[in-house]
Amino acid sequence: MSPALLGVEEEGQSNVSLAASSTSIDCISRNGCGLKERNYLGLSDCSSVDSSAVPSLSEENKNNLNLKATELRLGLPGSQSPEREADVSLLSTGKLDEKPLFPMLPLKDGICSSLQKHVISGNKRGFSDTMDGFSEVKGSLYSEKNWLFHSAGTESDSPQSVGQGTFPGSSGMNAMQLSRPSGAQSHMMKEVPQKVLQDRCHGANGTNLNQAGTSNNSSNAPAAKAQVVGWPPIKSFRKNTLASSSKNNDEVDGKPSSGALFVKVSMDGAPYLRKVDLRTYSTYQELSCALEKMFSCFTIGQCGSHGVPGKEKLSESKLRDLLNGSEYVLTYEDKDRDWMLVGDVPWEMFIDTCKRLKIMKSSDAIGLAPRVMEKFKIKA
Amino acid sequence: MLRMASSFPEEVLEHVFSFIYDDKDRNAISMVCKSWYEIERWCRRRIFVGNCYAVSPPMVIRRFPEVRSVELKGKPHFADFNLVPEGWGGYVYPWIAAMATAYPWLEEIRLKRMVVTDEALELIAKSFKNFKVLVLSSCEGFSTDGLAAIAANCRNLKELDLRESEVDDLSGHWLSHFPDSYTSLVSLNISCLGSEVSFSALERLVGRCPNLRTLRLNRAVPLDRLANILCRAPQLVELGTGTYSAELQPDVFSSLAGAFSGCKELRSLSGFWDAVPGYLPAIYPICPSLTSLNLSYATIRSTDLTKLVSQCQSLQRLWVLDYIEDIGLEALAAFCKDLRELRVFPSEPFAQEPNVSLTEQGLVSVSEGCPKLHSVLYFCRQMTNDALATIARNRPNMTRFRLCIIEPRAPDYITLQPLDDGFGAIVEHCKDLQRLSMAGLLTDRVFEHIGNHAKKLEMLSVAFAGDSDLGLHHVLSGCENLRKLEIRDCPFGDKALLVNAAKLETMRSLWMSSCSVSFGACKLLGQKIPRLNVEVMDERGPPGSRPESCPVEKLYIYRTVAGPRFDMPGFVWTMDEDSALRLS
Repeated sequence: MSPALLGVEEEGQSNVSLAASSTSIDCISRNGCGLKERNYLGLSDCSSVDSSAVPSLSEENKNNLNLKATELRLGLPGSQSPEREADVSLLSTGKLDEKPLFPMLPLKDGICSSLQKHVISGNKRGFSDTMDGFSEVKGSLYSEKNWLFHSAGTESDSPQSVGQGTFPGSSGMNAMQLSRPSGAQSHMMKEVPQKVLQDRCHGANGTNLNQAGTSNNSSNAPAAKAQVVGWPPIKSFRKNTLASSSKNNDEVDGKPSSGALFVKVSMDGAPYLRKVDLRTYSTYQELSCALEKMFSCFTIGQCGSHGVPGKEKLSESKLRDLLNGSEYVLTYEDKDRDWMLVGDVPWEMFIDTCKRLKIMKSSDAIGLAPRVMEKFKIKA
Repeated sequence: MLRMASSFPEEVLEHVFSFIYDDKDRNAISMVCKSWYEIERWCRRRIFVGNCYAVSPPMVIRRFPEVRSVELKGKPHFADFNLVPEGWGGYVYPWIAAMATAYPWLEEIRLKRMVVTDEALELIAKSFKNFKVLVLSSCEGFSTDGLAAIAANCRNLKELDLRESEVDDLSGHWLSHFPDSYTSLVSLNISCLGSEVSFSALERLVGRCPNLRTLRLNRAVPLDRLANILCRAPQLVELGTGTYSAELQPDVFSSLAGAFSGCKELRSLSGFWDAVPGYLPAIYPICPSLTSLNLSYATIRSTDLTKLVSQCQSLQRLWVLDYIEDIGLEALAAFCKDLRELRVFPSEPFAQEPNVSLTEQGLVSVSEGCPKLHSVLYFCRQMTNDALATIARNRPNMTRFRLCIIEPRAPDYITLQPLDDGFGAIVEHCKDLQRLSMAGLLTDRVFEHIGNHAKKLEMLSVAFAGDSDLGLHHVLSGCENLRKLEIRDCPFGDKALLVNAAKLETMRSLWMSSCSVSFGACKLLGQKIPRLNVEVMDERGPPGSRPESCPVEKLYIYRTVAGPRFDMPGFVWTMDEDSALRLS
């Protein structure tokens, strides 16, 4: 798949091997989110998160773009790369519009930084799996041919068959070293940039995990409302029920209700739905940006059927359509089962009444706006 | 011996087999010899498919032509926590379509985590004349229109259970589709539905079904209508209330209390949404005979909870919010000596600071006081190795132990050590442990303990744990009975998987998300082991567009005799011999 967008600008990462198309830059700058360019095409994310602590990488890794930032979020697999937090200040409200997989650990001070070393950077790991390391394994696997027959592998065999004798020693919190283990493929987290560690600790110490509408100053501490996807492991049914219970109880004190509020998002022409948690946003801007990212792969035909190997070129016009914002509008179904345009009512009222979201073609959405005004008149 | 076996006429053998219900026993019977295989397959009435993609409908139908009851499970367990994107799969329609022609006498369908459409429900309603039981557990994809079709057409329906399914709730009108002549309802669970059903239709339905044993109402049923419903069904054994909140009014209270007292068979209670303490005493008369109590949606506090549970001396199962606090759990330990299962859910899972005084001590108390306790799900904010070891020593009969500490990687809060030894004690003492979910700060050592001791373990859930592949290797190589393994956010990569590849065929499934398994390893596994489906989920785009060493977002591996599936969405790729060529 040929990437046409400029790679993400990560901290200190200057190695961009792909040229940006000027068109795409234009499109992006027209994007009112103020977000940096993102590579929507899901290219290799094996580039390291730049960090002085990162063990030496293979050339290939260095040249690849870091695509953490392009991940789809919100009930979707996606990790919050550390760099993203640095970008948070660019967002209008300074709040994160995505749920990072990277858990915020507002732990006791002494533990905080060392625990950060444990934290896996979401699901974008494996940088230290250098090609050498892997081929080393491969080589030994093929030659020894004994991995297939290991059901309950014997101790003596297993180190052999993986081509090295050492597993990183593990004891307590120092198990995960930032320094590279000798010769071994380390799948451990190592590339958390120092800066981010500090940010994280800052944020972590001063914030809580309560997401919606917290008044915490979270300028560069998205930990304020950062949540790990699917954590704690509570079923959606229970989360939504709790959310509405607490809303009933807390309305009086004006305390913002916690808990998730998942609604389905569909898009005309997209093969499948998404779910988003409305409580992770506080403005329409954030929601809209997140949804754009989420559904971009549909409009550029990327995540469609995978019968054909994905080496399609990005169509510039398609991308423009997406980012322009004029081709699609965002609508929602409210409690009365009416479809309304998103954006006309105050945000709080919106999340109160929104049952479902739909990204419609503008042509299909004609006639929605007036109804909103009418509804208001009736209610007023 | 062989002569003896073949000298029984088939009818006799068939009659003998009809007393064997357990799947494992049935499977064993079918392997004795060819004739037993034949006899057994013709008389098997009930099948359970733990992974709907492990086998195809035609294969099942070919082998078992006379099935009356089918149970299917679809999505991986982590779908409950939004880790599986929409559209992943688990569609039941192909199964219904195949069974509509093959099993016209099908009576029971039980589905879990599957996508059920209105078309599927309509097909069920149309195709099976003697249809009796429909259980949709954590399913989605259908609306109340589909339910209307079931209600209108299934004249012999006994059970309709929608537990925790996500239903497109168009209106409550569907309930009125049960015809007036319909009287065979035994069990109805609509607790997941949002909209109001017609109360008069509900009352009439309840009133005309004399065999009704289980009734789980939804939140929209107000408290002041509950008494009427109960009075029409005094034979109820299991009840789920609607909203348990209303202005305190003496007449409402007394009719409610009277109605409850009239239900002499009532053994299980649930519902209690928005419960107000003032109405709790209405159930006091029946508390002593309750065996199951689900208060996990009740926002009542520890004082009232304590008073309540103290009266439930026969209680075997309690689901409750952490409002119960340590003090309530101590009361539980003191009064409910028959307790077998405890689940404590978090009232504010996203709050940073604890809002209640529920600690490891509560669980320790219950483990001390309740000798039959064997199943635990406990959400808390702190834990120690000592507490876990105490629980383990107290309850060697533990079979299901699921602990969740709200903060990932939280250490022993006193010693600041990992919780390796605590969980090690659990697996060492609880020799019959079948299911384990771990929490807190954990290194490879805990996996070593698990591999060494957890020989009966069938399902293991791991999150934010371990240091290296050694951890995964311990589990895969040591846990002989492991069937389901689900892992998220752990530093496990290729080595352990590839070394233990053969193990994967002995398991139902393996889920790994946010780990370090490379695309290359996935391809290798898919190519080398044909009876595994190795599915890579990656919303960044085709894994082939990235280097082979690049880790995949999510990996779901399951054994199957049906080959790769073809109903995958765009973000799922199956690794097999062909795909290796396609994707590289």
